[in-house]
Parts: sequence; structure tokens; C-alpha cells
Amino acid sequence: MRIGILSLQGAVEPHELKLKSLGVSVQRVKVPEQLKDLSGLILPGGESTTMLHLIGVNKLWESLKEFTSTKPTWGICAGAILLANHVSHPEQKSLEAIDIHIQRNAYGRQNESFESFLEPEAGWQKDKKWEGVFIRAPRIIAVGNSAKTLLRFNQEPVMVEQENVLVSTFHPELTESSQIHQYFIGKC
Amino acid sequence: MSEMKLKTGLAEMLKGGVIMDVVNREQALIAEKAGAVAVMALERVPSDIRKEGGVARMSPPEIIADIMEHVSIPVMAKARIGHFVEAMVLESLGVDYIDESEVLTPADEQYHIDKFRFKTPFVCGARNLGEALRRIGEGAAMMRTKGEAGSGNIVEAVRHLRSLRSQMRRLTTLGSEELVNEAKELGAPLSLVQMVAKTGKLPVPNFAAGGIATPADAALCMWLGAESVFVGSGIFKSENPERLANAIVESVANYEDASIIARCSKGLGIPMKGIDIKTLKEEEKLSTRGW
Repeated sequence: MRIGILSLQGAVEPHELKLKSLGVSVQRVKVPEQLKDLSGLILPGGESTTMLHLIGVNKLWESLKEFTSTKPTWGICAGAILLANHVSHPEQKSLEAIDIHIQRNAYGRQNESFESFLEPEAGWQKDKKWEGVFIRAPRIIAVGNSAKTLLRFNQEPVMVEQENVLVSTFHPELTESSQIHQYFIGKC
Repeated sequence: MSEMKLKTGLAEMLKGGVIMDVVNREQALIAEKAGAVAVMALERVPSDIRKEGGVARMSPPEIIADIMEHVSIPVMAKARIGHFVEAMVLESLGVDYIDESEVLTPADEQYHIDKFRFKTPFVCGARNLGEALRRIGEGAAMMRTKGEAGSGNIVEAVRHLRSLRSQMRRLTTLGSEELVNEAKELGAPLSLVQMVAKTGKLPVPNFAAGGIATPADAALCMWLGAESVFVGSGIFKSENPERLANAIVESVANYEDASIIARCSKGLGIPMKGIDIKTLKEEEKLSTRGW
């Protein structure tokens, strides 16, 4: 199995280390041809405005749109912003791959970054402990009917899934546990 | 160490990007539009500090606040070496990173800031491994080479990147008893020396700064192990800041592809003139500030 990581900018390396430790081979994706034959794609954390800009520069928009509409895709933080149907604060263009409304930098600035345990949604993986590192994180302020919340912080959705697409507003690549990477690999 | 995870976590998010020096809102908006991952607010860009002389201090709070209000990307700001009150002011303004910077006139010739006392993360400059580990030992969550700011000359950044890299490589070849002596020689905490010996890397992200003036300069730093680049005077002292900013962002993201660097280096006009480092007197060098 080969999983791609969008590598235009951001926290690529920690995901690469996680995937490799789980026996998955990794393809860094900077140009459209590198999306070929991938079982899944990770859109990592970073700056969403920078990534949007570089997606345009490197002519990735069309092929990313196609990939994320059908194949297993996981967006983290900035990646979740790129995948959301609706982005605010400020409004910006997105791939519209998952029916959520996401608000950028919604908890505040770096001084408001935090780490916390998360609550799994009723009936989903209740026996495990989940923790989240939130860095200048966005907030999912609305979840459409076709999308399903998996994890919450303070009752608010922080990890949401809709068929092939998974998004999290926190950074599992910065914590010890690999369980969310394992969950994503299971989808691929 | 949870706090450190949040501090280095933001630096992880800034990897593979370009952080641009800006002195006002207009420049910050140009930087954001060009794809900068963050902006660094300062009173004057290094080449002007060099030209005009005088004491260079933290940027006026109203300018920093104005920049923070108008861009959605992280905003960093510089404090003078050892000036922990400037750092406290920057923390209270809510900047995302504080640069304890040799570009400003040092406030303390003996001590750097105790950075563990702050919630806001710090980036510091270094010329070599010992200096980098001393700063990390004081709580810096991100390192950058010092280079020679405001010179438009990449030679010092290259020297610092290479020195750091070869010193780290050497540590990985030493035995445990040799590391104790090495820590003494480097003037660095043994625990950090042991960490580098094990991984061959700094325990925090390592970026490049000081003298980057062209897309090829930026890519060179990435090849030499920098994980992102800071561009100071280079952009807004060039003939066409917007195009150069775009080109440097594109070049860093695609630093392994020379054909892309060739394409984005076309038509940029005249870069900043630059200074031959050999013509600088020792006291004119910014990189020798701090220890």
C-alpha cells in the first residue's frame, strides 16, 4: 500500500514517520503525476493560504479535486480547511470534499494553542483514549447530514468523516499514539 | 513537556515555507498574498538598520497589532537579545512567535532571555551547534541560522548551515564518553548533545536566515538542511517585491527542481545590491551579536 502526502508546505515529515512505522510506503506529492496509483492521500497541517497558493502554482487543483472526491483522503488542520465545503474567517476557496463549515484560527492565536483529551462519539471506539494537539486550530461550526462526527472536544466536532474523506482539526502526527493513522490506513 | 510540544508544533506547521520581514500592513498583505507562511514584524528591515545606524528596537505595538489584525497567517515579531520586557510586551500583544534577534541592538551583552518563562514560543539565531544548543537549553522552540542579515549575501548563512550540519554529523559518530567532553567543548547542555548524537538533528526545527536575496539562494538553504527560510531585506529592497516574494515561495516548495527555479527566477528585475562580507568590519557584523 502506498499513501501520498501533499508536500507543498507544512508538517509532512511527522506523517511520513508515522506511516513508515506502520509499514506503509509514502509518496510525497508536489505535482499531479505523483497522485497516480495511490491508495490514499494525507493533506497535512501547515498554512492553508500558502497551500492554496501553491496548489495553483503547481497546477494541482483539478487532479486534487478528482482524487479527493472518490479516494481515501485525510485532511489535518490546514488540510481540513482545504477539504471543507465552506470556509470562513476569512472565506476562501476549497476543494469541497466534505460537508462541513470550518472557521479558521477559531480558538485564537498561538498563545491559545492547547492539548486535550477528546470524547469519542457514542458507539464509536469508546474503549480507546484519544488526545489532540490543537495549534492555531480551526473549528468545525456545522456538520452536514451526510457527514458523521467521530470525536469531540467540549461537545464540538473535531474529527468528522464522510465516506472517503476524514478531517481532524487537531494533529495526531504530533502525539505518541498512531491509532488515527491506523484508522485512516484501514480506510485505504 | 506538553508546552514545548505546542511551541515546536507551530514550527512544524511552518516547515517548507517562507517567513517574510515586513514593516507595515501593506507589506504584510503582499507577503500573505504571495504565499508566505508567516510574517515577521520589525521596525526597519536589516539593510536599513545597517545603513541608518542607531539603536534598533522592537517594532511599535500599534504596527504589530495592525498587522495581526489584517493577515490570517502567523505573525512573529523581534525583541532585542536579553530584553525580556520587550518579549513580555510581544507576548501580551499575542504574537505567534518571538524572535530574540541579533538584528536588533542587544539589550544585554551577557544573558539571553529565559524563554521557558513564556507561553509564546521563541526562535533564535545561531552560527553553530554550540550556540544553537545553548538557545534550545534556554527554551527556544525553533532555530535559524544567523547568516548576515541585511547583507544580501548568502555566504554567511551557508557557512552557518554547513557548520551546523557537519558538527551534528560528527556527534553521531562519537561514543558516549566522548560526548561529555564534546558538551564541554561546545558549551552546550550534555542532555541536548546526547539527543543530537542519537538523531543527527536538532531537537527543534531549524530554518535559515540572513542574506537570502534570490529564489536560488532560498533553494540552496533548503538543500543544505534548512527546513524553511526567513527572508528579510531581500524582498522589499528588490525592484519588484511582489514577484520576488512569489518566486521565493515557489522556489522553496520546489527546491529540488531546478527547472522550476529557473522559470520563477525570470523577469524579477534587479535584486538588492548586497555587500561583500569581507568589506564589513568586525563590529559591523550583526551575526557576532549574542553568544
